[in-house]
Amino acid sequence: MDELKLYTYIAVFGTFALYFAIAWWARAGSTSDFYVAGGGVTPLQNGMAIGADWMSAASFISMAGLIAFLGYGGSVFLMGWTGGYVLLAMLLAPYMRKHGKFTVPEFIFDRYYSKTARIVAVACLIIASLTYIIGQMKGVGVAFSRFLEVDYGLGLGIGMAVVWVYAVMGGMKGITYTQIAQYVVMIFAYTIPAIFISLQLTGNPIPQLGLGSTLADGSGVYLLDKLDMVVTDLGFKEYTTSNLGGTLNMFAYTISLMIGTAGLPHVIMRFFTVPSVQAARSSAGYALVCIALLYTVAPAVGAMARLNLMNTIEPVAGENLVYDERPQWFKDWEKTGLLKFEDKNGDGKIQYTADKATNEMVKVDRDIMVLANPAIANLPNWVIALVAAGGLAAALSTAAGLLLAISSSISHDLMKGVLTPDLSEKNELLAGRVVMTIAILVSGYLGLHPPGFAAGTVALAFGLAASSIFPALMMGIFSKKISGTAAIAGMCSGIGVTMLYVFQHKGIMFIPGTSFLGDMGPNWFFGISPNAFGAVGAIVNFAVAFAVLKVTGPAPAHIQDMVENMRIPGTVSAAHDH
Amino acid sequence: MENKEAYWQENLRLIFICLAIWFVVSFGLGLLLVEPLNEFRLGGYKLGFWFAQQGSIYSFLGLIFWYGAKMNKLDKKYHAEG
Repeated sequence: MDELKLYTYIAVFGTFALYFAIAWWARAGSTSDFYVAGGGVTPLQNGMAIGADWMSAASFISMAGLIAFLGYGGSVFLMGWTGGYVLLAMLLAPYMRKHGKFTVPEFIFDRYYSKTARIVAVACLIIASLTYIIGQMKGVGVAFSRFLEVDYGLGLGIGMAVVWVYAVMGGMKGITYTQIAQYVVMIFAYTIPAIFISLQLTGNPIPQLGLGSTLADGSGVYLLDKLDMVVTDLGFKEYTTSNLGGTLNMFAYTISLMIGTAGLPHVIMRFFTVPSVQAARSSAGYALVCIALLYTVAPAVGAMARLNLMNTIEPVAGENLVYDERPQWFKDWEKTGLLKFEDKNGDGKIQYTADKATNEMVKVDRDIMVLANPAIANLPNWVIALVAAGGLAAALSTAAGLLLAISSSISHDLMKGVLTPDLSEKNELLAGRVVMTIAILVSGYLGLHPPGFAAGTVALAFGLAASSIFPALMMGIFSKKISGTAAIAGMCSGIGVTMLYVFQHKGIMFIPGTSFLGDMGPNWFFGISPNAFGAVGAIVNFAVAFAVLKVTGPAPAHIQDMVENMRIPGTVSAAHDH
Repeated sequence: MENKEAYWQENLRLIFICLAIWFVVSFGLGLLLVEPLNEFRLGGYKLGFWFAQQGSIYSFLGLIFWYGAKMNKLDKKYHAEG
């Protein structure tokens, strides 16, 4: 076994052993432990857990790669996925914590006094969460197959087993403390390579500052200016100004991601685990500190990886890399099919340009940038092993949070709340564990046989959360009068408009060929891409809800009193279920 | 506690101020005004680009902690903390 493989086994299985030990220490004994970790998590702990919960395989593996190729256009992800926490801290978290229930659908049921509203919320939550988990499971499979060279399916199975042990045994309590450990693993795995690379390129160890510094090669040229020059010379768009589909599209995209973030149930339910309203507010701040640590490093990782890639292929202007002399990481990634070279002009050298006719790098998958980065920069093997453990921590921690959101919405909202109200606490806990096991099996199956719509599903998850859940929660807190009928009408029309728009451009259930308007710019409503349409869906939701309110009259007096009570911190009891 | 309405109005005013800043640093400086701001520089960063990829995130952090601190004071003033 070579050194890299040995280090990778140590890093991956060492961290797994740590997660199991924590899960054993934090076993759940009651429904309160299982759903909200007994309500006694401190804001800093909660912030780290939210960070791990929130930062998925997409944040860890894909985001910097997206930024590397989109340049300035990639800013929508940076602003969108952090700005939502401002909305959470001010518009939702403190009031929902005050109300003190276990789940988001339960809050909607209380506020809108309607089982229909609760079921609509459960449906939105399950669709959004399941689509998300498929991505995590795929991430686990890819990480295993690339780093440990085991079969994709076997890797997926190991990942499922690990999540099962600590999520089913520990519930929210086990998940919270495991996520804290996973956050630490993840943040080290992300920042250590970035520090090394920033030092190499600019001499500045802090990546956020390195990105704005001059190159260490003595030329005195700023890194970003150099990158702009290199990419425009080859016909690509200028890195620091390349737009993503126009200003209006970027605007709508950013706002969709922000309100989608604030409306994702697995993030909101984390705020039910802290002891007070004040702690809910500060949790959002600590969560964003933990997230910003990775998100402010990501643009540096993206830009530096792009520059390193360009420099590898064309070390000196006009002298391209000879294909037979390509480095080992190049060969490794060629084996996975994610990197492809085709010698079009037959000169044995690699030409990488924006012109499709002469470009010989026919495939450069964006997702490989973070994983290949340490190897491209010639970093030591233990750093590469750490990145593998970090990617797995990111995928597993998010999957566990989503599984909990799904199982609580079924066992607590659907079974205890609607179908079998006389379920005892012990049986509810058992039901929660059984449902979670089923959810792991379903998501594992979907990860092994990804349905055709898997690629388009992130758009759907954010679209659903942005156009249905966020407006319903916000109106429920900030308008005393908004009634159940108005909220349901708003949610249904918000989701309806968003899904219709996504489907008409991406195909019904993402089946190619059923998209009756085609996925092309000219047919887009004011040039807004389907991924960005959740913002429009949210506006429709608000408008319809207030129109229906005008016609059908306000919520009853006792509900208005409840909202008034929600707005005052007062004494908070631990989250309870009746 | 008394004066629930006054407490809520002060909270709303704070939220309004915070969200105005939230909008300006991200959508304003990072998106709508990015081109004119890119004429200025912050080290190697074009200023508009810096707001979009760094500055907006730091501002969000500042906003959440500032709001939390102000609200804690408000809770004390109105004896709302319980």
